[in-house]
Amino acid sequence: MNLRKKNGLLNRCFMGLVFLFLYAPIFLLIIFSFNAGNSSVVWKGFSVRWYAELFQNRIIMQSVYTTLLVSLLATAIATVAGTLAAVGFYAMRRRWRDPLMTVNSIPMMNADIVTGVSLCLLFVAIFGFWNDFAEHYRLVINLFGEVYRITFPKLSLGFGTLLIAHITFNIPYIILSVGPKLRQMDKNLVDAAQDLGCTWFQAFWKVILPEIMPGIVSGALIAFTMSVDDFVISYFTAGSATSTLAMAIYGMTKKRVSPEINAVSTLLFVTVLALLAIVNIRESRAEAAARRQHS
Amino acid sequence: MKRIAALALASSLATGLLLTGCSVEHVSSETGAPVSSGSGTEPGSGRVVNVCSWGEYIDTDLIDQFEEKTGIKVNYQTAESNEALYSLLKSGGATFDVIVPSDYMISQLIEENMLAELNYDNIPNFSKIDDRFKNLSYDPENKYTVPYTWGTLGIIYNTAMVEEPITSWSAMFDEQYAGDVLLINNSRDALGIALYYLGYSVNTTDEAQIREAFQLISDAVSAGVYQGKVMDEVFQKMEQGNAAISTYYAGDYLTMLENNPDLAYVVPEEGSNWFVDAMCVLKDAQNKDEAEEWINFMASTEANLANMDYIWYASPNTEALEQYPAYYEETYGEPLDLELYEIMAAPQEVLDRCESYLVLPEATRALYNDLWIELGL
Amino acid sequence: MKKSKRPLLAIPYVVWMAIFVVAPIIMVVIYAFSTAGGGFTLENFTRMGTYTVIFTRSFRLALIATVVCLLIGYPLSYMMAKEGPRFQRVGMMLIMLPMWVNFLLRTYSWMSILEKNGLLNQFFSAIGLFDLINAVFGTNIQYFHMIGTQGAVVLGMVYNYLPFMILPIYSVIVKLDNSLLEAARDLGASSTAVFRKVIFPLSLPGILSGVTMVFVPSVSTFAISRLLGGGTQMLLGDLIEQQFLGGAYNPHLGSAIALVMMIIVVVCMWIMNHFGEGEEQAVML
Repeated sequence: MNLRKKNGLLNRCFMGLVFLFLYAPIFLLIIFSFNAGNSSVVWKGFSVRWYAELFQNRIIMQSVYTTLLVSLLATAIATVAGTLAAVGFYAMRRRWRDPLMTVNSIPMMNADIVTGVSLCLLFVAIFGFWNDFAEHYRLVINLFGEVYRITFPKLSLGFGTLLIAHITFNIPYIILSVGPKLRQMDKNLVDAAQDLGCTWFQAFWKVILPEIMPGIVSGALIAFTMSVDDFVISYFTAGSATSTLAMAIYGMTKKRVSPEINAVSTLLFVTVLALLAIVNIRESRAEAAARRQHS
Repeated sequence: MKRIAALALASSLATGLLLTGCSVEHVSSETGAPVSSGSGTEPGSGRVVNVCSWGEYIDTDLIDQFEEKTGIKVNYQTAESNEALYSLLKSGGATFDVIVPSDYMISQLIEENMLAELNYDNIPNFSKIDDRFKNLSYDPENKYTVPYTWGTLGIIYNTAMVEEPITSWSAMFDEQYAGDVLLINNSRDALGIALYYLGYSVNTTDEAQIREAFQLISDAVSAGVYQGKVMDEVFQKMEQGNAAISTYYAGDYLTMLENNPDLAYVVPEEGSNWFVDAMCVLKDAQNKDEAEEWINFMASTEANLANMDYIWYASPNTEALEQYPAYYEETYGEPLDLELYEIMAAPQEVLDRCESYLVLPEATRALYNDLWIELGL
Repeated sequence: MKKSKRPLLAIPYVVWMAIFVVAPIIMVVIYAFSTAGGGFTLENFTRMGTYTVIFTRSFRLALIATVVCLLIGYPLSYMMAKEGPRFQRVGMMLIMLPMWVNFLLRTYSWMSILEKNGLLNQFFSAIGLFDLINAVFGTNIQYFHMIGTQGAVVLGMVYNYLPFMILPIYSVIVKLDNSLLEAARDLGASSTAVFRKVIFPLSLPGILSGVTMVFVPSVSTFAISRLLGGGTQMLLGDLIEQQFLGGAYNPHLGSAIALVMMIIVVVCMWIMNHFGEGEEQAVML
């Protein structure tokens, strides 16, 4: 979009204020991660003590690893599945689309704790059946004269169920974010491409996808955010040996959230910021190089 | 078209396999040998123990020490509260071996037949636990539990904002401090405060008494006495001097004191709650031997000293209690303030006026819950 | 016109939904209509009348938060879309980035900003604002009472969900067809008219998505009312949480409340979408 007029000073100020609003609490948190004392409100001098202790704390380190892994995997899977599903939904007649969209938004509308508990009950029920089955049946295969006996593994809640739960609550956000782009898209474009001899896979890849890309990106961002921040659903679906960072943080609220958590949050935040800066610098260099070549 | 369908099918199949694969791995390598021994997909499966406790409730070095000593891998998870733990156990979402609930939750779990009896022959360190903490009302024959920590609930107040020393629960309802009092956000503790003040038992099932206690709090709410209902936010609020009076646990008072020297702690004269958190093993635990080994380790004097120093909650281990002042002096090079030590490990005469929570019958629990919601309407 | 095969793309997700969305919801319904013993009951719903206050409070606060988010989010998305492509890319990331710090930690931070002795009050007193007010109005204010009010709860919701309003609106505005805008200007429309008649109606799908993504989670949020609102005024999320994690474990009542809440939300969304689709089609014609 080109609206000709650039933003005036007043508009820039407004943007600045919104960003201040978004970042004020974060700055405060970063400052207090360098506190020598253990408080998050009383300043006792500068120290990197909590950073040193953080790396000794394997409960937190382990949970950071799990959080990143589950969020990245869930976001990737949900983005692909959600985009396909959104394209499918918007190609349907309204009679079909509307009820499906309603079902789609259930995980969003439901209170987290209800989603968490009901998913947990579902997993427990399914695994109960499966484990009964696994206990009594074995698969015997005769291969090249040798007999292999395959015993079905027993299942329990763990990383797999955690991932399923995250994918489930992520997909609605992708669909909701891609949907408007699909509505905005000119429907004749796809038909035209197909009339011109594109297979419909090509039409999807070359016509639809570039059009809805901003929606996919913002959907993926939202999904990743939801995954990182989720506590309740994870708590009920992670089983007894897996723990995410959010679970570790909420687990501390019976006593107090330790200052190491401020330190780990700061590190994560700064890492993402640094990545962002690097990507941007590289891109702007590439752009400059392209311009030079051009002229 | 077919290509796409095949692609979709294959990818969903692949994810399916990946997911089951992941779960299997967890079963075999982490929940342990007994269940999945048949699956034969265990890369060097060792012994494990699944522990669930509260966050910031252990000196994490102890976990490493235990693993080094025994070769048992510890999966340490944390829960938010006794109720959250109960909720998770009830829905079958987790198979922990060792949990560390508080007294009233233990008696509820025993009542619902969810705990396993311990084999105390495997826990020789149980003998070091002080007799005061054995055969308590939540586990009268001491068949299920080994105490982990204990402490008192009391009033924490800011001496810069409150003139005369507080000695009674009446301060929690006093309009003089309107807007500066923090109510604890937990129906049992909050109503308990009012029950102590009125001179009733905190384990009463008499609806009239409970309603009277509720009325007391409700009136104070209408009079604007409370700034809010808090749990761990109490740390921030008291440290920054945003509130004058609050109710919280002795061990946590000591943490706050580091950041705000104006704070004082008192166990009111009407009596208060004396809580014990104890380790127990769940009935369907899959690693009972490892669980008992863990419990034995955590009951040792060394572990108790380290924990006491880290979390500032008193230990039930007799030797640890005696040795702590010396341990403190050795570690920090300065003598321990005995007054503070007595706040952490309350002397017997204080405990005598305290009472511990027992599980309430279901009807009373529902009443507590309803009243608590009514307060938030 | 030949029949499109694209709807088939949704099949994997429809199957997924059937297992992981519909099945749990059926369980919630069963729970809501049964007792702990397993019998059928309507008692969980008859108790709902008591909670009317909480229902209205939650929906009112969520609505206010949504409106505030829209009032801040729309202009911001609009302005972002006017900036250069580099700024846009970075800006979008910067809007999401704060959310990657845990919710609880951010809310604790807000508490220490809004407290009686918090940063904001300290700042006001440092610049002499209180002295000025006291001198002008003859009052005796030492601090602004911010924490523990409904305003603080709304602030918490806005802070938490603002990015979910900005992103969908922005992603729609940025892709608006330039020729349409130019055509409108060439036909003599003033810039306000261009905005009112062209840009705003065309960005409606984004607004609808944004409103959904803010309103829906705001209704069921928990912990914000406890941390920023002082916990004296419960919201729906807290009420439901209390049934699962409170002293009396009652998933049946909790499920029933959640079900009623969902039905109200569905109705709200249905009305809004209906209105939205109508608008959109009117514009297309």
